[in-house]
Amino acid sequence: MGGPEIERLIGLLAKLPGFGPRSARRAALRLLQQPESRMLPLAVAMAEAARAVKSCSLCGNLDSADPCSICSDPHRDRSLICVVEGVGDLWALERAHVHRGLYHVLGGTLSALAGTGPDDLNVPSLLARVHEGGVSEVILALGATVDGATTTHWLTEKLKPLGVTVSRVGQGVPMGGALDVLDDGTLAAALRARRPF
Amino acid sequence: MDWDAPAIVLDARPFGEGDVIATVMTEEHGAHRGLARGGQSRAQAALWQPGNLVQVRWVGRLADQLGAFSAELVHPAAALVLDEPLALAMLTAACAVAEGALPEREAHPRIFDGLLHLLARLPQGAALMAAQIRWEADLLADLGYGLDLSRCAVTGATTGLAWVSPKTGCAVSEEGAGLWKARLFRLPALLLGDDDGTPADWRDGLRLTGHFLARDVFGLQHKPLPQARQALYDRIANLAETDSDA
Repeated sequence: MGGPEIERLIGLLAKLPGFGPRSARRAALRLLQQPESRMLPLAVAMAEAARAVKSCSLCGNLDSADPCSICSDPHRDRSLICVVEGVGDLWALERAHVHRGLYHVLGGTLSALAGTGPDDLNVPSLLARVHEGGVSEVILALGATVDGATTTHWLTEKLKPLGVTVSRVGQGVPMGGALDVLDDGTLAAALRARRPF
Repeated sequence: MDWDAPAIVLDARPFGEGDVIATVMTEEHGAHRGLARGGQSRAQAALWQPGNLVQVRWVGRLADQLGAFSAELVHPAAALVLDEPLALAMLTAACAVAEGALPEREAHPRIFDGLLHLLARLPQGAALMAAQIRWEADLLADLGYGLDLSRCAVTGATTGLAWVSPKTGCAVSEEGAGLWKARLFRLPALLLGDDDGTPADWRDGLRLTGHFLARDVFGLQHKPLPQARQALYDRIANLAETDSDA
């Protein structure tokens, strides 16, 4: 089309989430039409991020500092650890400003069918953090899936003997959700998780 | 080509950004794979959970193609047991065993029926353990590796059967076992009748069926027994230990 460089660029862009060959071509064209204002700054930003960003040795979050900005924030409640499946879930909770404690990124969930076992998850460091003391509650914020629930039960069995309160995020009717459009499973979970009002 | 049938979701693996490759089991078509477009989406993720009963439609240009699934939820078995560790372990074990053991596109109506009844009553948890062990024994029989529990392989006696040979899968009576007891599997009464059994019986039953599943079904495919099945055995073994301590 326009040389191997363009093909390579399109090929790499097409591998990104949300991109296909068609959208990758559009993005490549836009970048190439304004290389000074769009492409070079993007290339520099990507190179810098690739060099500087790493996984936090305490919680597994991605940050340019280690420990990450959340773990080193003195205003955070260090007695609360929220366990999430991935960095995307951590970002979602941070966006919502609903959790002022620390996090722990598991890096996946136990999946018997996919063959993901306890050794594949970031669990020893979570247990070590709880062992160190100062943690009063661990919130398990994992997905309402078979794998998420399996991981939640397994972690609960590991954490309870350490003397911490183990809780998990609620399940049920979402904000703005009408009951008549919810699936049977969500309705059942919502009814089971009812509480006095 | 297309068909429409009630099906049990056995497995759903992410494929690309938004799709899943699902394995379902139907009465007529057995274990069947297909691409479920948008299976990872917010609207469909709850549907493609292992154990769910769905009304599925498969469409493919040719019969031997992967084809595409579209489905509607009939019974959310997975959602109903998410809070129950034992029931959840039973569900994942049953689905993993069925997914790994059954050949694709080969009808096993008795196994489908058994799994369907098991999943429908799964919130009962431990009360169904005996039924799950009997279902595994039926699965072995359907695949050609059935246990012969009709009479003692040594004496020919039809009563007092208490052991099973790990080599042949034949029952052995207390009298026939003699000095070889240590090498035999204990035969829980729940495999001889409708007895619900105790946690120790469930442990023995799972050990027995697990041995033959591992050797004859998964072993021949050069695969280990599914992790979920092992996790169920560990959970029941702990339960049996706690029960005996009490």
